[in-house]
Amino acid sequence: MSARRLFARPARSAAIAPYLWMVLFFLVPFGFVLKISLSQTAVAQPPYLPVFDLTEGFAAIKAAFAALSLDNYRLLVSDNLYILSYLRSLTVAAVSTAILLLIGYPIAYAMARLPPRWQGIAMMLVIVPFWTSFLIRIYAWINILQHDGLLNQILLALHLVSAPVVWLSTDSAMYLGIVYSYLPFMILPLYATLAKMDPALSEAANDLGASPQQTFWLVTFPLSLPGVGAGCLLCFIPIVGEFVIPDLLAGSNSLMIGQTLWLEFFTNKDWPVAAAVAVVLLVLLVAPLVLYDRLQRRQLEAER
Amino acid sequence: MTDEQETSEPRFEAVAEPAQPAPLAEAVAADVPLLRIDGVVKNFGGFRAVDRLSLDIEAGEFFALLGPSGCGKTTLLRMLAGFETPDEGRILLDGWDIAKLLPHERPVNMMFQNYALFPHLSVRDNIAFGLKRAGMEAADIAARVAEMVALVKLDGLENRKPDQLSGGQKQRVALARALARRPRILLLDEPLAALDKKLRESTQAELMELQRRLGMTFIIVTHDQDEAMTVASRIGVMDRGRLEQVAAPRVLYEAPASRWIAEFVGDINVFEGEVASREIGRLVIATRDAGTIVVAEPRQPVAKDKVAVAVRPEKVKLARRGPAADDAAHAHAINRLEGVVTDVGYLGGFTTYRVKLDSGAVLRSSMANTARIDIDAYSPSHRVVAWFTPDDCLVLEP
Repeated sequence: MSARRLFARPARSAAIAPYLWMVLFFLVPFGFVLKISLSQTAVAQPPYLPVFDLTEGFAAIKAAFAALSLDNYRLLVSDNLYILSYLRSLTVAAVSTAILLLIGYPIAYAMARLPPRWQGIAMMLVIVPFWTSFLIRIYAWINILQHDGLLNQILLALHLVSAPVVWLSTDSAMYLGIVYSYLPFMILPLYATLAKMDPALSEAANDLGASPQQTFWLVTFPLSLPGVGAGCLLCFIPIVGEFVIPDLLAGSNSLMIGQTLWLEFFTNKDWPVAAAVAVVLLVLLVAPLVLYDRLQRRQLEAER
Repeated sequence: MTDEQETSEPRFEAVAEPAQPAPLAEAVAADVPLLRIDGVVKNFGGFRAVDRLSLDIEAGEFFALLGPSGCGKTTLLRMLAGFETPDEGRILLDGWDIAKLLPHERPVNMMFQNYALFPHLSVRDNIAFGLKRAGMEAADIAARVAEMVALVKLDGLENRKPDQLSGGQKQRVALARALARRPRILLLDEPLAALDKKLRESTQAELMELQRRLGMTFIIVTHDQDEAMTVASRIGVMDRGRLEQVAAPRVLYEAPASRWIAEFVGDINVFEGEVASREIGRLVIATRDAGTIVVAEPRQPVAKDKVAVAVRPEKVKLARRGPAADDAAHAHAINRLEGVVTDVGYLGGFTTYRVKLDSGAVLRSSMANTARIDIDAYSPSHRVVAWFTPDDCLVLEP
């Protein structure tokens, strides 16, 4: 197909626009990162070797290709630091997602059962915190959780503790921050699934002899699984790469992969290793992304 | 298939008895109706959906609740199923008050308007859902499901999911699922509303056949009077939360209890007037729009002078000159109204006419097209005599 025919109609060029976007702003930059991850660090500008220079001719480019190696990936596998970081990221993401589901499901369920005009208000209450900058909200948590912060003052005033508790720079604070920040991402897909579920379905289950509990576990919950999947992946994937929350709220004894990446890049100035960390992270996240895509497609087919 | 069904039929009925919850001995012994609704009230906020309604339904009846939307018929059905709790009154099933029982505790099942099939379960699992909740043995469940599948002619579709079924097939699954537990009463909430006309008619016939065969009690809610008249042995007409009349379809149509029912059930011509004279067995009524109309005296004595005379369109015959005048005995008793045909609606089996009377009022007539070639058809602007007998008239409160 000739280029002229490809662009013959405006509709066609509009149809390829998203692909163009993906190529320009995702594939090409990813190509750069991938290339850097195969390079070696160097005290230079840019701080890695080899550098492709199209002006030096074919032989030089061929030499540059030959200089690429998987050394950085070997380092990631051999050094515990990276493996532990990845494991910690996955663990934190899994635990956070589980907590988010446990908290988010009842909220979404309650929202979906409100009278319609209250549902809009509940939805606003979930979304409105987003209108404040994410960073400001995390700093607010620092204020609340610090040694003489609001939480300790309340606990002391209520005589629940006799001395201020250390909250800040603990895993608890980090989980609190993550759960707080990601809750809407869990609630909204769950709410969307639960709200459009025909109430006659649970009535039918009830009518056929299922107690309210059985009705929930046999009908409501299985039918909300697409929402559960969407909510979990929508939280799990970004939490794995989360940097700000663990950096501000967690202690420094163990790092999530986002923090490790930051250290490699900004402190060690080791671009190639940082790039390799990023590529491995991406590969790790492709699996849940594919799963998410499948779920979405299955849901679309079910609605057809 | 038919062989299997015929052999399974007596077995089905034989098993049906012990599966039903045993009511109290005294309740059976006494003359207690299967279902007694006693002074039931239901309010939604300030709106009274059901207003001190009482009704008895006997075992084996096919009962229809008919009424315009918002009349409270669905609320009443939902109270029978347990989805709503009455604010006042009792609902007695076999003499037991079930008004406060939760839906899953009642020996009553419902077929939902949009079927409410569980989309994640196969046809088999949908039908088995209620049986599993009842704690039946796996082998018994399989046997009962097979029986239900044969009963509603769904053979071969057991493994399909609801989204792989046609509307008519979904309707059958919903029916099988609701019947599987052998409820004391099957409630049907506008069960055929989603089907097209032809399918609806054949399904109505199947429902009636099924109900007779199983000897079960069906209560159907519908806003479609043709449907109610077709399937039900008795119809309760509801309006504004009250039962206006409970009667067999024929009585409802030919002897409606009020002008509202007369106008709600079928078409009718109504002329307001006053009783001019009372003769033996007859009343002469002077109407404003249709002159003097002679009517047969109704069984209920007419107390007031101001009345409405009503006559169904199919009772009004049209003629060029009116019935033969030589039959003198009848002639003076027949009501004749003269006018001009304004509209003709040909509907295949019958034709409807609108006749503008000389007073300006409109009289509707419908006549069966009993012959293929009708030399006597009327066209607009034809001058006709519309006639009907005193027995065809209803006397109602205006």
